[in-house]
Amino acid sequence: MTKAEIVQAVYSQLGGFSKKESADLVDLVFETMKETLGRGEKIKISGFGNFVLRDKRQRQGRNPQTGDPIVITERRVLNFKASQILKHALNPRDAEASAEGALVRE
Amino acid sequence: MTKSELIDAIAGRGELTKARAELVVNCVFDAMTEALERGEGIEIRGFGSFSVRPYKPYNGRNPRTGQPVPVPAKRLPFFKVGKELKELVNESRSFAITGGDDHDDDE
Repeated sequence: MTKAEIVQAVYSQLGGFSKKESADLVDLVFETMKETLGRGEKIKISGFGNFVLRDKRQRQGRNPQTGDPIVITERRVLNFKASQILKHALNPRDAEASAEGALVRE
Repeated sequence: MTKSELIDAIAGRGELTKARAELVVNCVFDAMTEALERGEGIEIRGFGSFSVRPYKPYNGRNPRTGQPVPVPAKRLPFFKVGKELKELVNESRSFAITGGDDHDDDE
């Protein structure tokens, strides 16, 4: 799915917005989220998930290609934590799945 | 920022009523949820991409009792931060992290 398909959903499902307005509004949603995260503020979308920020300290790492040790500088990173509702939506048969789990072949 | 604060921001900046802004924001996240339910990834340039990753079943433990618990195979959403947003977030280090209480509750 691309942004164009999200725009299409807004355009066809809501009604009352032109294609251009729908596109501008979808852009505005992601733009607003970017700006919010860009000033160090986390975002909680109930039913979907949380976009959380974490400050990481400097640490030793390795160049995975060459194996050379390198210093990974301190940084702020963004993580997405999916909500339980979204997780359940992706696993609709959660309740029965535990019984089936035993049957899943490697 | 919560979803309702996002709705307020869209209403203000997009010059539409809160009710309309709420429909827009819900429509965006509903469309994304439906794509993930179909197992489809989502790519938002400049923001990031969402994908669905399959996990094999494994045996976990109840952390309270230590009892082994079988964990069934599952699908979980995964978000990969886009380059532009990644840089933007890292550049925000001069600001404190804010956004309400610190436990990542649902609802």
